[in-house]
This record gives sequence, structure tokens and C-alpha cells, in this order.
Amino acid sequence: MTLRKRSWGFVVGGLLVALLLAGVVSNFASAHPDGLDSSLRKGCTFDADDEITGGNCPAQEEREHEIGGPLADYGIAGLDNDFLSTGLSGVLGVLLTFGVAGGAFWLVRRRGPEGARAGADPAGAGGQPDAGRPSATATGQG
Amino acid sequence: METLAMHISNGIINGPVAAIFAVIALAAMAFCVVRGRQDLDDRLAPMAGLVAAFIFAVQMLNFPIFTAGVSGHLLGGALAAMLVGPWVGALCVAVVLVVQALVFGDGGVAMLGLNITNMAVIGIAAAYLLIALLLRVLPRTTAGLAVTAFVAALVSVVVAALGFVLQYQLGGTTDLGGNLAGLAGTMAVSHLLIGIGEGLITATTVVTVAKVRPDLVYALRALKPATPASVPTVGGVR
Repeated sequence: MTLRKRSWGFVVGGLLVALLLAGVVSNFASAHPDGLDSSLRKGCTFDADDEITGGNCPAQEEREHEIGGPLADYGIAGLDNDFLSTGLSGVLGVLLTFGVAGGAFWLVRRRGPEGARAGADPAGAGGQPDAGRPSATATGQG
Repeated sequence: METLAMHISNGIINGPVAAIFAVIALAAMAFCVVRGRQDLDDRLAPMAGLVAAFIFAVQMLNFPIFTAGVSGHLLGGALAAMLVGPWVGALCVAVVLVVQALVFGDGGVAMLGLNITNMAVIGIAAAYLLIALLLRVLPRTTAGLAVTAFVAALVSVVVAALGFVLQYQLGGTTDLGGNLAGLAGTMAVSHLLIGIGEGLITATTVVTVAKVRPDLVYALRALKPATPASVPTVGGVR
């Protein structure tokens, strides 16, 4: 039981770090295009609004995103404060990703004999999954 | 206001090729669900949720690379493979890409299969093969763990970038005169530099988690050394 609690403590702590990174540190990120984007733009010239003005490059047939949405481009639509806009969108993204991924993984998690035994025997909760792991990964390597 | 596109946008790769990779990605993720379920217990599920959320956060942190006007950001494949294993790790990266495409307008929805194939399938496969190899040959020390994470992360980023070049060869929308050497060159060089950043972030994160909770590092649990040296397992030793 204590292990279970400490695991959740770790997850909550990690989540706080992620929220800090996405909510605050993200504002200090480089605004330059990333490796993919810059490679795709190579060969074209751009104006101040980032529209292609000439040349030949892989990005020239790029089209609009299908959805866009209020959080498009990691900002909150209509929020003029860039710092808040980026930070809040990051916080929402972290919570949403954790909710979707954590929820989905929780739903499909293994609840076979091992899981049932671990649940019924709190003292062995930490040991059971580990004991079962080598065989599971042995097949994983094959 | 510039747009912040990190992943393949609509119109870069033609529809048929994007559709083929959507099928490939869907099949790969279905396989990962089947295999990943064997790893996913009460302890790994919340940890995997955290890994996905953490990758989302760190992908927002574009860092400058030593080329003028170009930045890089974490892809996260090696980090996920290290912490939660290749199957669940691939699903973590895929969830991040789906959230980014559907909610943040980053990466075309029609291009999701291409992005998932590069970062969640190719990147993770390269990373985990290297992790499995290096953890067996390198000493079981913090330095060995750090080198493993660094090398796996660096190589996985370059391989994922070359996955895009292959996709562009198959279905790129702009005629580059049949010569992809230029694109392959800029992709490889920029992602080699990004890979260094990816390696540093991955090694730092993995070493930190291994110091605090070594039992939460999948690679340390799954890839046990021949001689069980200094891997503290919490009540897991038979």
C-alpha cells in the first residue's frame, strides 16, 4: 500500500514539473522554426507575415490545418497576453494529455490473475508485478 | 504572429501516401496495445500517463541549435522507451501527437499516420534496440545509464528524421527535381544537432528518475544484468 501511495506521489510530483515546464518555461522557448520546418522551408523566400514569396521548397504546397481550434499554435484564441496565452495552453495540454493517456492506460491495464492477487494482498502489491515481469519481457524480446 | 508547427503539416505529403501510413500507424498502435497490456499494471498505467504529459510539456520547449535560425525540441521516443518500455512508450508518443493534431492544430490530422510512424514507431524501435544492446554491454552505473539514454535518444531522432525523408520520396508534393539529397542532408544535420539536445534531456531525466525511483525505470527492470548488481528493486527479488 505504501508503494502504491509513493508511486502516486511520484506521478503528482512529475505532473507538477510538467505543468511548470509547459506553463512557465515554455515562454522562454526558441521561436525559430524547428529542424523539420526549417528543412521544409529551405529554398523558398518568405515575407514578414511568413507567406512564401518565391522559390521552390517542400513547404510550398502546405495547406491549412483541418481543425485549428481555440488552442491552435499553443495559444488561447483571443487572449492578448502572450505569456498567459502560451502558459495556459501548455497547462491545458499537459492536463489533457495526462487525462487522455492516463485514463486510456488505466482502462486497458492488465487485470488478470496477477492484478487480482496484488489487489487482494496489499503487502505483496509491489512484489507481484516484478515477479511476473521477466517472463513477460522474455517473450517481448523474442 | 508566426505559426508554431512542429510536425508534418497538411499538404506536405500527398493523400494516398498519408493514407497508407495511417494504416501502418494504426496497425502498429493496435499491436502496441496488445503487447503493452502485458506491461500495464496498476503501477505502470499512471506512470505512462505522466510520461505522455511530460513529453507534451517538453515538446513545447524549443531550444536553439548551433545553426542560425533553427530550433529543436524533444521527440521523446527514447525517454518513453526507457521509462515505460517500447510498447507503452510508443502509445505515449502517439497520444501526444493525437492531442497536438486534434486540439493544438499542430501536424495535420490527415498527416497523423506519417507523424506517428516516424516518432512513435521508427523512433521508438531504434531507441529500444539501442537501449537493450547498450544496457547489456555498458557497466551498470549511473554513467552507463546516462550514455545509454544519450545515444539511444540521439540516434532515434536522426532515424525518425530520415523516416520523413523516405515518406517525402514516396509522396512529397513539391517536385524537387528528383533530388532529395538536399532535403536528406538538411534533415540529417539539423536532427543530429537536435539529437544532442534530445540526448541531454533524456539522459538527465532518466538518471533523475533512476536516482529517485529506480523501480519506475522500465529498462532497468526489464533488462536485468547477468549479475544482479546494484539495481535496487522494491520487494521484487524472488
